[in-house]
Amino acid sequence: MKYKDYYEILGVDRTADEAAIKKAYRKLAHKYHPDVSKDPEGEAKFKDVSEAYETLRDTEKRAAYDQLGQQRPGQDFRPPPGWESQFGGGGDMHFEDIDLSDLFAGLAGGARAGRGARGARGGGPGMRPDMPIPGQDYEVTAHISLEDAYNGTLVDLNLSVPDYDEQGRLHRVPREFKARIPKGATDGQRLRLKGQGGKGINGGPGGDLYLNVALHPHSLYRVDGHDLYVDLPLTPWEAALGATVDVPTLAGEVSLKVPPGTSAGRKLRLAKRGLPKPGGASSSGEAGDLFAIVQIAVPSVLSDRERELFRELGEVSTFNPRGHFSSGS
Amino acid sequence: MTNDYIEAQWMELWEAGAVNAAWTFASLCRVSGLSEGELRELVDYGALVPDNPDTIADRWTFGRHCVVIVQTAVRLRRDFDLDPPGLALALTLVNRIRDLEDELRKMRVLAPRDEK
Repeated sequence: MKYKDYYEILGVDRTADEAAIKKAYRKLAHKYHPDVSKDPEGEAKFKDVSEAYETLRDTEKRAAYDQLGQQRPGQDFRPPPGWESQFGGGGDMHFEDIDLSDLFAGLAGGARAGRGARGARGGGPGMRPDMPIPGQDYEVTAHISLEDAYNGTLVDLNLSVPDYDEQGRLHRVPREFKARIPKGATDGQRLRLKGQGGKGINGGPGGDLYLNVALHPHSLYRVDGHDLYVDLPLTPWEAALGATVDVPTLAGEVSLKVPPGTSAGRKLRLAKRGLPKPGGASSSGEAGDLFAIVQIAVPSVLSDRERELFRELGEVSTFNPRGHFSSGS
Repeated sequence: MTNDYIEAQWMELWEAGAVNAAWTFASLCRVSGLSEGELRELVDYGALVPDNPDTIADRWTFGRHCVVIVQTAVRLRRDFDLDPPGLALALTLVNRIRDLEDELRKMRVLAPRDEK
């Protein structure tokens, strides 16, 4: 078991009173809470902060924590002799395969599902010892490619979850399984794996595991919900005269008719060529759109003939894209 | 080697049961863990808007996005010990930030990629 210095995490002295601990927690929660923080490390930091607060705000847990003595953060340690019988409820405990937070999770006086744990479930103070308690919800992020989101994919999940053995001792158990992400998931989507979270106690239902989908950046497409955006470079003459060009989609190339007089920045819509939408992928065929954003590409090196033709075009054309400058006030 | 896998479910669908089904007042209470009184207060303060606010609370229905809002409400209330007015204000501000981030993302996807 690795030691965590809860006082250091909250930035308070070891003699800090309840008010100082609460104040420190609130300050750090404002800074790192995943719903309000832009810090990419915020969620992990908030988890530590809330774990520290859950322990230090509770008199009994704090006393049990203090009795562990002060160690170097991250250092492997075991509670001192006698700690187990005083705070652990008697019986053998295994300290090798649990987290420090697990050690305090079962102590009376606090909610079982900590503040860092996502989800609404959890027991509370004053509950009967034999009352069924739902398992804790967990949350993991699955990083997948855009192609996987389009087709649906299997992801390997490796978790370490707290569990109770036949003697009621808490320990961490590794869980490895595959989860199928259905086609149509997109960036930021949250999926639920029912009953795959922590085990319930006293016959309570298992918690859920929530999968947050995060898409890897794609070399061609930008993603907004189920819509995709791709830059479409056109030559000046294709933009002026119109053209039929090949555009890559996730289902293969399609031909796109570019109307004459197309300007840079114009959005050309390819309906239902984006990501499939939940529930619509196979039945109704609902899907987002693919938008091709026109860019006018100009050759950086011109041959003599090209230069001659452009010059000739400039001489005969009356087109003035800056006409509004002189008429504007 | 096994081909067994666990099917992930769409968050918005598992309770409502259908793609376009709306959430009822009761189902939103159930999924969030909020009491009817707490949920009603969020509506009273304008942090949560039913599709049909003029009808009685038992008949309110909510769009799918409201699931995310009430789950945020649960986290904020739990982690900041907020009272109902404070929670409603925080939710309103969080929702405004999310709307602005959505707009920013939409603008970003329209902007051409920088040339390398």
